[in-house]
Amino acid sequence: MNLRRVVLGAAGAVGVAAVIETLSRTGLVDATALPPASTILREAGRLAVDPEFLVDVGATLQAWFGGLALAVLVAVPLGVLLGSVPLLGTAAQALVELMRPVPSVALIPLAILLFADPTRMKMSLIFYACLWPILINTLYALREVDPVAKDSLRAFGFGTPAVLWRVSLPSAAPFIATGVRIAASVALIVVISTELFAGGVDGVGIYLSETQSGGGHTDLLLAGAFWAGVLGLLANLGLLGLQRVAFRWHSARAEAVA
Amino acid sequence: MSGAGAPARTALPARKPGRRVRRATRGFVERAWLVAVAVVVWELVTRAVGENDFPPPTKIVSVLRELWFGGPASHLFLTDNAVDDFSTSLTHLFIGWAAAGAAGVVVGAAIGRSEILNDLLNPVLEFLRAVPPPTLLPFFIMVFQLGATMQVVTIAFGVVWPVLLNTADGVRGVEPLQLDTARVFGLGRARRIGTVILPAAAPKIFAGLRVALSFALILMVLSELFGSTAGIGSELIDAQRTFELPRMWAGIVMLGILGLLFNGAFMLLERRLLAWHTGAQRLES
Repeated sequence: MNLRRVVLGAAGAVGVAAVIETLSRTGLVDATALPPASTILREAGRLAVDPEFLVDVGATLQAWFGGLALAVLVAVPLGVLLGSVPLLGTAAQALVELMRPVPSVALIPLAILLFADPTRMKMSLIFYACLWPILINTLYALREVDPVAKDSLRAFGFGTPAVLWRVSLPSAAPFIATGVRIAASVALIVVISTELFAGGVDGVGIYLSETQSGGGHTDLLLAGAFWAGVLGLLANLGLLGLQRVAFRWHSARAEAVA
Repeated sequence: MSGAGAPARTALPARKPGRRVRRATRGFVERAWLVAVAVVVWELVTRAVGENDFPPPTKIVSVLRELWFGGPASHLFLTDNAVDDFSTSLTHLFIGWAAAGAAGVVVGAAIGRSEILNDLLNPVLEFLRAVPPPTLLPFFIMVFQLGATMQVVTIAFGVVWPVLLNTADGVRGVEPLQLDTARVFGLGRARRIGTVILPAAAPKIFAGLRVALSFALILMVLSELFGSTAGIGSELIDAQRTFELPRMWAGIVMLGILGLLFNGAFMLLERRLLAWHTGAQRLES
């Protein structure tokens, strides 16, 4: 059954590549706009061993991971703090709901003025974009903690920190992890947008914009996009796997919310 | 699944209107006070520091009004500039979103109905969803040149995947019993899709459409930042290039307001259209 899915999935991928190949080779679609799949894949293969492109990928990943880690380090404690004071938690939620819809790419022009160093600029924008999904998931998760479990612990004489550590945080953790996963995919969008628009030295987005301004190479652009997709897929699958391993006991509930 | 659960609510004694108003005000104050405090602190700090990059909110709001909402009452207070910017931006946004939504639902439903199609295409689709939409922007600029087509295509291609995959997922999850029942009653294929499958998948489809709408706003801004002459994004970048910081902030605030409005409007629509569904779910649980 599982083998069947793998085989069919591979067949589907080959089929799609074959369709692109035919469309391009027969001239149904302009070959400069949509190059044959074999050309795209050959260029992608060449990029994989191109040291310059690998430096670009490294720079993008560094900013992505740095900004995301910073957001987690700030948003989770902040969420716990705000969430454990009921009056503050409700009000903070309203504030976050107001801040969240501001599209983070709208802040790129501002970030260009504020930060000279491209890595810092990228990380700040990622930090801003990631803060809200993690914060809001933390706030909601702490509100959903089973009150009976908290009261039971209190009845046995445990203090507030112990209740937080033994009940609230473990039960909120899977939801927080879901927030981090959402934030990670948003962060990838933000980092590539920033690189495309604000420039800098290294980055996947900079590779793409330089290729485009260099003129005429759609196959190189699509090969770059191919690797960006692989990065996105790996990031998502990696976080999902981590979440599954860490919260095996909890996976059913966490998935229901995601 | 009888309707016994529903009337319980109306059986509650009606509250006095005065008390309800007071409760609503208290709820509002409880939620809004921090926002008010934040705005006041923002105003005071920016005034005290006097930094050029961070104008105080009062200044931003006055520029915002001047820029977009200073028009005559007959134009709903919109200036000519606002009509230009909003109509350009929002037209691209909604055309891209609607096209992606329609395509996503149709293709997603087809894939969700057929197990073999799903097994064949799922890996490719998951991969396409994982491609961060901005990476394709240089490609679309190259193929379609700068302009409206490029912007609409960027938006549509970027937001179609959440709708498509969510629809496929929702359609696949339809209860076989419901489908069999429909078949027994002799419902044709088209009616089965219209009256059983799509309504049952609707909550998932709506979730996909909502994610798509917020992505569409991001991509609208991004595609306008790259050389376009009208639209809120181009206003933003124009202000940055001429160092008119209050105008740039006004653009940021306006985009935030738009995001908030879209989200609110969509949630109202969803609650309205899916009211029967939450009711049905409550009865089941």
